[in-house]
Amino acid sequence: MIAVVDYRAGNLTSVRKALEHLGVEADVTRDPDVVARADKVILPGVGHFSSTSILDECGLRAAILEQLRQRVPFLGVCVGMQWMFASSEEAPAIIGAGLLAGWCERFPASVKSPHVGWNSLICEDRSRLFRGVPSGSFVYFTHSYRVPVVETTVARSEYGGEFSAAVEKDHLFGVQFHPEKSGRTGMQLLKNFCEL
Amino acid sequence: MLTKRIIACLDVMAGRVVKGVQFQQLRDAGDPAELAAAHSEAGADEVVLLDVTATHEKRATLIETVRRTARQLFIPFTVGGGIRSLDEAMAVFDAGADKISINSAAIADPALITSIAERYGSQAVIVAIDAKRVKGGQAFSGAARDDMNDSDGENSGLSFEAYVSGGRKPTGRDAIAWAREAAERGAGEILLTSMDRDGTGIGFDCELTRAVSGAVSIPAIASGGGGNTQTFVEVFERGRADAALAASIFHFGLRNLADLKHELQTAGIPMRWPC
Repeated sequence: MIAVVDYRAGNLTSVRKALEHLGVEADVTRDPDVVARADKVILPGVGHFSSTSILDECGLRAAILEQLRQRVPFLGVCVGMQWMFASSEEAPAIIGAGLLAGWCERFPASVKSPHVGWNSLICEDRSRLFRGVPSGSFVYFTHSYRVPVVETTVARSEYGGEFSAAVEKDHLFGVQFHPEKSGRTGMQLLKNFCEL
Repeated sequence: MLTKRIIACLDVMAGRVVKGVQFQQLRDAGDPAELAAAHSEAGADEVVLLDVTATHEKRATLIETVRRTARQLFIPFTVGGGIRSLDEAMAVFDAGADKISINSAAIADPALITSIAERYGSQAVIVAIDAKRVKGGQAFSGAARDDMNDSDGENSGLSFEAYVSGGRKPTGRDAIAWAREAAERGAGEILLTSMDRDGTGIGFDCELTRAVSGAVSIPAIASGGGGNTQTFVEVFERGRADAALAASIFHFGLRNLADLKHELQTAGIPMRWPC
């Protein structure tokens, strides 16, 4: 069972729908006990980085981190990916999980923000998440903050300079874009994650 | 590279897709779920479903149509028409919409923009503005005039009025000033429909789009007037639109969406193509 963590940050219907389409058993949950039993964990999220503070308040953060110590595969989406890093300029007082080295920054003033729409990916072959997804594939983004290119970056996109479209390290995966809204390419990624 | 988006719009009345000219003379164009899937397959970057009956007639629930349409759609899906409260927005999100579009309700209660954005994020809130050129261009003054001059000096003398209730009611508000306010209140995108061009296929109102795109930092979606490939090239280049929306040209087979995207790419407009 895949636990889709619901911390009241936006709308999880589309994530659930995409997993249903893939025939995967998913539980959209706020219950730390359900997260603790899951074979895989997805942390979605849209909106503000500060919304991740709810994870701390209801025991979800501890449940997720314990699962990660057990090397359970984890996928952070959008703000869920940003949470994997130490912090974000969007809400400096909120502490991320610090699973990966780096932090989130604002887009430069030279481009419109938020970054909304379909952008192309430059993928690295070593990624397990991007198996079968060639460089040049398009995915759908909507975000105002970004992770720069870091050591764990496995896919980059360009908007006011290059940034991390996806990160990957062992059993940890993060995507800045929305695979559940990215047509066939997004479905392939979700399928790859579900089949890990 | 961030691409320009082509958005297929389904105007829905009583569960069927319809399309008119300048907001009148509606014709049946098919089943929303089938058309949405076909557009997605053909390469549409997003689908918008607008309930055009919503604000002026008692409507049967739109929710089932949304649910049915969302089920097999894995690209961004926006629903608008008649959403008047956070509760109504929540029902539409629960049925599978990724974004909601509000128009009349946002004008009547601008705080609604903020309350939906706080719950679902700004990316989920599109403020739709139906705008019409003001004859003589003297209807608005002050800040609105400055907006126009800032974004495009050659447009001095032009102004646009926002309408509500499916284009039936003038608001007396300057469309550009309203777009700016909507963005400040938390809208994630502006969907800008030229009432003068709606359904005509003769070209988008590039002056309108350019003025709004320059006035806000959020994406501007141009609507109304899309026709041949050149009309789309113009709205992306001269109109500075981030996305262009069209309905009738796709439904009635006047344009093949895939061909349009391919031709735009050939013309140098960044497109998600092939997809």
